[in-house]
Amino acid sequence: MTRVPIAGVGMTKFGKSGERTAREMFAEAAGKAYDDAGIAPDDVDEVYYGNFMGEIAEQQGHSGPLAADAAGVTAPATRIESACASSGAAVRHGVNRIRNGDVDVVLVGGAERMTNLSTADGTAGLAAAADALWEVKAGVTFPGAYSLMANRYFHEHGGSREDLANIAVKNHDNAVENPLAQFQMEIDVEKVLEAPTVCSPFGLFDCSPMSDGGSAALLVSEDYADDHGLGPEVAITGTGQNGDRLALQDRVSMSRAPAAERAAEQAYADAGIGPDDVDVAEVHDCFTIAEVLAIEALGFYEQGEGIKAATNGETTIDGELPVNLSGGLKAKGHPVGATGGAQISELTKLLRGDHVNSDAVSDAEIGLTHNAGGTVASCVVNVLEVIA
Amino acid sequence: MSDDDRVRDNGYDDFLDAVEEGEPYYLESPSGNGWLPPRQMDPETGERDLTEEPLPETGEILTSTITNVAGPSFADDAPFVVAVAQFGPVRITGQVRGMDHEDVDIGQEVTIGVGENETEGERLVVFEPA
Repeated sequence: MTRVPIAGVGMTKFGKSGERTAREMFAEAAGKAYDDAGIAPDDVDEVYYGNFMGEIAEQQGHSGPLAADAAGVTAPATRIESACASSGAAVRHGVNRIRNGDVDVVLVGGAERMTNLSTADGTAGLAAAADALWEVKAGVTFPGAYSLMANRYFHEHGGSREDLANIAVKNHDNAVENPLAQFQMEIDVEKVLEAPTVCSPFGLFDCSPMSDGGSAALLVSEDYADDHGLGPEVAITGTGQNGDRLALQDRVSMSRAPAAERAAEQAYADAGIGPDDVDVAEVHDCFTIAEVLAIEALGFYEQGEGIKAATNGETTIDGELPVNLSGGLKAKGHPVGATGGAQISELTKLLRGDHVNSDAVSDAEIGLTHNAGGTVASCVVNVLEVIA
Repeated sequence: MSDDDRVRDNGYDDFLDAVEEGEPYYLESPSGNGWLPPRQMDPETGERDLTEEPLPETGEILTSTITNVAGPSFADDAPFVVAVAQFGPVRITGQVRGMDHEDVDIGQEVTIGVGENETEGERLVVFEPA
């Protein structure tokens, strides 16, 4: 299929800045993307903006035009809401619009303000991505839902808390030098295992944090890039999205992510590649077990084998397939509506050579982003390739 | 807000009523797939002719977790155990009561009941050892 060049990317530093509004953070990210691309706001044809809990955190709905307004754009603007996959889906919409030939420049990304809420209220806000009748009324939180998946995974395939801890340690290691990451600090397995339990088997360090932040990317048609002499180095060459039953109890499996499997299959076919071609990946590690489910669903590992990937050093910075060189959601942070766009921003830089961890993947040609919503009832997979 | 004031959720509250009356049910499609209400269609097949079938008396825990950090609606309930249990062709999420949290395990046989959320007094699905 037609490749869609990424002309520019930008994101805020993720972290705890609860006084900043989502519109402000998206504007900052968009400003960086304009500067990176050399494109002015008045060239933007459409805006797709990811945001999940604006009504809960900011009493703000109808945030598509608000985001466009903040980014200096007067154009059709739509909010995309797919829980934590919101801006991954926004990116995919932008790709499809350009491929359709209807538009030349699309601003995509998202923002989320979360830390203005208490931990309890934020936990309740995130739970809105679960089934309100059959899960939330039973007391299911998101750490709880992923804990249910982790314990089922352990029952079926084995693995240990230490294996999960090695994922958290790896992703923290990757974030240490990343100035945009929320946690630029190393941790060790002992610290992970001794942290207070959130939901068994997860301790505090198995969970991504509450974060504030924004992300943006400017997607363009190849004709526009040529006509304006942009010379983008990276393009989206494949995209896939799929879904599943919203409630975990209604899935065919609680230890797999079939929506991610289907999304990956679509993205690989679209790009004309397979999992063995991927050199580097940014996956949705909202909880440590989520990285395991992701690398298995993406075809990097057989089911039941992904649990040992970090322990064996296969997905570390010097491993065969580095995963989450940005620090992932775990250490970079997870302002949910911004996460999918941030994956695009970080992976683009990794492939271009201007990310702090680019040296680890200096020969990489193909990268992949995996952005999941809920307990993977939504999943978007995008394939990025070096084109120059 | 008491249960008398709250607007009912069709399907969900009907199911809890049926559990309390000792006649729990699930919805079955012609293909034999089981679901909880409210359902107009089988999401796997698109079939619309769903019928109410009696829920098996016991189920088996497929997975569980002890939740220590809860949202405001369950603040006074924590810690509590959430589990997903298989009852015939349908899976149900609820809280496990009547046994030590640490003793809840996959494969445990349970019965279904209706309990109360300590924090807000709302009804919820609970499981107890069979």
